[in-house]
Amino acid sequence: MTMTTAAQIEATFREEHGRILAALISRLGDFTLAEDALQDALVNALERWQIDGVPRNPGAWLMTVAKRRAIDRLRRAVTLERKAAILDSLATQDEAEMDDSIPDERLKLMFTCCHPALALEAQVALTLHTLGGLSTQEVARAFLVPVPTMAQRLARARSKIRDAGIPYRVPPADLLPERLEALLAVIYLIFNEGYVATSGAATGGDTLTRHELCQEAIRLGRVLVALLPQSAEARGLLALMLLHDSRRETRLNAAGELVLLAEQDRSRWDQAKIHEGIAVLDEAIALYDPGPYQVQAAISALHAEAPAAAATDWRQIAALYGTLATMTPSVVVEVNRAVAAAMAWGAPAGLQMLLRLDTQAAGFYPYHAARADLLRRTNQREAAADAYERALALCGNSAERAYLQRRLDEMLNLAS
Amino acid sequence: MKYMLLIYASASEAPQYTPEERRAAVQTWLAFRTEAEAAGVLVSNGALQPVTAATTVRVRNGKTLITDGPFAETHEQLGGYFLFDCQDLDEAISWAAKIPGATYGSVEVRPVITYMQE
Repeated sequence: MTMTTAAQIEATFREEHGRILAALISRLGDFTLAEDALQDALVNALERWQIDGVPRNPGAWLMTVAKRRAIDRLRRAVTLERKAAILDSLATQDEAEMDDSIPDERLKLMFTCCHPALALEAQVALTLHTLGGLSTQEVARAFLVPVPTMAQRLARARSKIRDAGIPYRVPPADLLPERLEALLAVIYLIFNEGYVATSGAATGGDTLTRHELCQEAIRLGRVLVALLPQSAEARGLLALMLLHDSRRETRLNAAGELVLLAEQDRSRWDQAKIHEGIAVLDEAIALYDPGPYQVQAAISALHAEAPAAAATDWRQIAALYGTLATMTPSVVVEVNRAVAAAMAWGAPAGLQMLLRLDTQAAGFYPYHAARADLLRRTNQREAAADAYERALALCGNSAERAYLQRRLDEMLNLAS
Repeated sequence: MKYMLLIYASASEAPQYTPEERRAAVQTWLAFRTEAEAAGVLVSNGALQPVTAATTVRVRNGKTLITDGPFAETHEQLGGYFLFDCQDLDEAISWAAKIPGATYGSVEVRPVITYMQE
């Protein structure tokens, strides 16, 4: 098999997996049967396509074969009335109808995978596995858990969907806002898992690196925008991910240490992603339905648009954090708001805002890290050293730890 | 699909009612039951006496063992149940959220196994 065919098959699987599975579940009314049948079809395709080449319409090919495999599996297991009923309905369908367009049911699949009755980690794994077409091994690797653990997590989620009667549908209007929020949160979590990752780096050709989670999340975001064009927040999230991702290459130095936004080489930011992100954000804003993802994307866009760190519009950013604080109040937002205020109006202003958070933020390392930086900038070296130490004690990310340690050493050297 | 909605609350969570409040609370429970009945989802329901009235039965080696109360000291006690026939989990959740006890205790939604004929 040539590399191009192998790569082509791999790309086709990824591309078609979610759509075919979603349509199959609709047709079969059985999540597990659909997954098993599609798996059979993929194995079959791998053998056949290596010899015959990738067919003209690979999606229709996979769909047709998967349906046949589902019938085979059902025939072997026709002991239950329900399975017999599925078989009857399948047998009466014309095979030819499969050959053209496969209805896009991926939105139903997304909402089912992200149903709040499933544990968050199961929602994430199931979304990547079913919609992203990642293998159990790939999902396990991406989340740094043993393969059997991930296999069990996926199996349990599938059983719960079936046994608890989690509906396979787009939620009705009264449930849609909260369910969409959950769906967006899962996609953003997948993105962030890849974005903050510094461990589990590439191990070879076809395995998923954690950075690929960012691409996968962006791909899911694009699918969601296409399926829910009226959702401003879906566009807001896509814009946010594109804008963050534009800086991925400059976020860590050669040693794998965190590089602050101000110190990043802006000439290496991905301009294509920035332009697309801003365009998507503009479309979102034009829908007049503001939300936290759009506000965060707007903040990210202001950074992306600044030709130099010194030219950043910090007043606007501080104001946007203020807006965000009213939409989704949290310590994280308040810390960022204080940092922006420090940039806009000076370190003492930001420090004052931070100190108001003291008790609620005590266990949150970015609070101590931000406080340490502002203390350093106001020449309070001993207090800064103390804050860096507290941040270090709470921070688990090796790249960020390296940065904090470097600053701490600086403070200790200057203080002595 | 049938769902058993099990209502749990701990003694500390359960509200302390004045007689008027108790009458009002009973009314909200009755109103809920009436609504569920009118919607055609209610199969059966019941409120349970506290665990102080409970007896535990076990059969070991053919011998019936009877003990007072539940063995383990349970923090949250099962106080009652509703058995509903719903379209799917979302419908069951929406009913669970309307149970007056959900505002201070918790409601566990458990699907009932359907055994199909061979």
